[in-house]
Amino acid sequence: MSILVGNDTRVLVQGITGQAGAFHTEKMLEYGTRVVGGVTPGKRGQLVHGVPVFNTVREAAEATGANASVIFVPARFACDAILEAIDAQVALIVVITEGIPTLDMVRVRKRLGPPAQRPSAGQTGLPIRLIGPNCPGLTTPGVCKLGIMPGYIHAPGGIGVLSRSGTLTYDAVYQLTQAGLGQSTCIGIGGDPVLGSSFVDLLKLLEQDSQTEAVVLIGEIGVTEEEEAASFIRAHMRKPVFAFVAGRMAPREKRMGHAGAIIAGGRGTAAEKIETLRQAGVTVIDSPAAIGQTVKTALGALRNPKAARVG
Amino acid sequence: MFSMKLHEYQAKQLFASAQIPVPRGRVAQLAEEAASAYTALKQACGNPDPFVCNVKAQVHAGGRGKAGGILIAKSAQEATAHARQLLSRRLVTAQTGPEGLPVSAVLLEERLALARELYLALTLDRFDASPMLLASHLGGMDIEAVAVSQPKALIREPVAIDAGPTPAVSARLAAALGCSDEQGETLARVLAGLWQLFLRCDAALIEVNPLVITEEKRLVALDAKMTLDDNALFRHPELAALRDERQEHPLELEAARIGISYVGLSGNIGCLVNGAGLAMATNDIITLAGGEPANFLDVGGGANVEQVTKAFGIILRDSRVNAILVNIFGGIMRCDWIAQGLLNASQALQVKVPVVVRLQGTNVEEGRRLLRQSQGLKLVSADELAEAAHKAVELAR
Repeated sequence: MSILVGNDTRVLVQGITGQAGAFHTEKMLEYGTRVVGGVTPGKRGQLVHGVPVFNTVREAAEATGANASVIFVPARFACDAILEAIDAQVALIVVITEGIPTLDMVRVRKRLGPPAQRPSAGQTGLPIRLIGPNCPGLTTPGVCKLGIMPGYIHAPGGIGVLSRSGTLTYDAVYQLTQAGLGQSTCIGIGGDPVLGSSFVDLLKLLEQDSQTEAVVLIGEIGVTEEEEAASFIRAHMRKPVFAFVAGRMAPREKRMGHAGAIIAGGRGTAAEKIETLRQAGVTVIDSPAAIGQTVKTALGALRNPKAARVG
Repeated sequence: MFSMKLHEYQAKQLFASAQIPVPRGRVAQLAEEAASAYTALKQACGNPDPFVCNVKAQVHAGGRGKAGGILIAKSAQEATAHARQLLSRRLVTAQTGPEGLPVSAVLLEERLALARELYLALTLDRFDASPMLLASHLGGMDIEAVAVSQPKALIREPVAIDAGPTPAVSARLAAALGCSDEQGETLARVLAGLWQLFLRCDAALIEVNPLVITEEKRLVALDAKMTLDDNALFRHPELAALRDERQEHPLELEAARIGISYVGLSGNIGCLVNGAGLAMATNDIITLAGGEPANFLDVGGGANVEQVTKAFGIILRDSRVNAILVNIFGGIMRCDWIAQGLLNASQALQVKVPVVVRLQGTNVEEGRRLLRQSQGLKLVSADELAEAAHKAVELAR
């Protein structure tokens, strides 16, 4: 197993006729993802890389049986696109779009409601899950890729990867693959202040997932995602967790690209996050270049304690 | 940029439009305008004689009072002299850094007799994805220090995005702030006004510190700070026009105009990276290798040859840079575009410092091939990040 996406994932692409939507539809199809439909208002009947285009999400979902949607719609229309997917009860909604107004995402989260009371998806009856926005998407290696991650960096295996970044995730995943460690599912949760899913939401799934043996968490300065993750890990996780936190050298009060990466009011510094994660039993990796090797060595020692002691 | 700051006078004009009481004031952009601003303000205040007003420097930073950015004028001549003095220099406050900020305008404002100072703010609680009111009876102080030293003195009230502040919230805040019934009614109007502005402007933060109760028992917003969500400015052209570019770092501004995120730092190794997380990690690994980054630079996910060329230009404008580290993990970004940008830049800008290039990802072979053919560029290639950082640190020595 893996989490969120697998063999039965049938994908819609909202904004499929745009440049990014069309380009990544092709890449997703090449990877083997079952992209079954696209949505662009007013473009019904077109084909994009052989994928039929519909006017609305509801129409597309009914015609294709889609249970997931990837959104490439430009920021100013993205809120409506997300709400449309929620109203059509699509089980998994992945928002790639960058630059969505924060209050729009507040409205989206309001519509979703607290996790316990979320509207459920049509076929599964499970609560609708939102990933992103401003994220690279998620990949279950060898099976299904929703988003813009380069496909070739992945390999199937037992490491779950959660990250707030894009390219840094690619780097980490590629290091794991080169070290001979495949991945169960790799998820970029996004870099915006208001997100659909948190580290904690997804750690819960990875802890329960039978394929996942260990988790790599890629954090960065700003907000309190890592701190929340640390308290969950301490209380509920039995699987080993590794973490890298980017931005140790960042000056205070300087924004580093992401809206989320602001050090505000003494909370959210890399040093605080690293300390909190260590206290929760997480192996924190100092160098972004040592992620693959550190996980390999540590898991090798866990699997074969004698060999590690001798070596 | 994540958020656009407004000046105090701009925020107060918005406050007034939302029926939030503010002191009477007049703005002068030039010293020559200060005398007429003084006279107009004096008239608006009922022509008292003598008339004493504040002259407040308008910069995008707090801590102005202690830094000498708020002066008192008793005449038109004095107002002019103060305005000339403030407008002619950069103001250095505890929040600006040693280089300070230019004073863009002065706000002449009536002086009020204060009985009490309160704190009120409306911002976003990211974790719960909900707007949040913050209030304290300890106004006029550094609120972050209050939050640490006296956490109970800072009241938090979540506000539902579809409902706004309810009468119950107003009543709780009024009681906690020690407002009389009449002041409580004004407070409810202030909250309604703040809420209206928060939604109407897509604000990231509205802060009133202090919100004062005057000796005449009136509730007035003595200071006003507003920052707006940059991502939402497309639907507020009238607010976007309020941007004061003089308050922004010139290189950061130039980078932002071409869609590049740049932050100047204090070291000598220039960095060019795609993606914010990877850019931070690159700065980290340079430091781990014993070097110091000169900047953070994220060219973004979909940069083209032209943007890469311009990014090089921006890095090289910092004269301290004596080596550059390029770290690209191509996803959407193609390594051959980066390579082409590098070659263009080296021709156009006569790059003399050594450049260490680490390329991975989409079209990496084509990118490396282009770089091998380059001439006149001091190019060092590295496949791994750690190796690249060590080489850059060595070359920068």
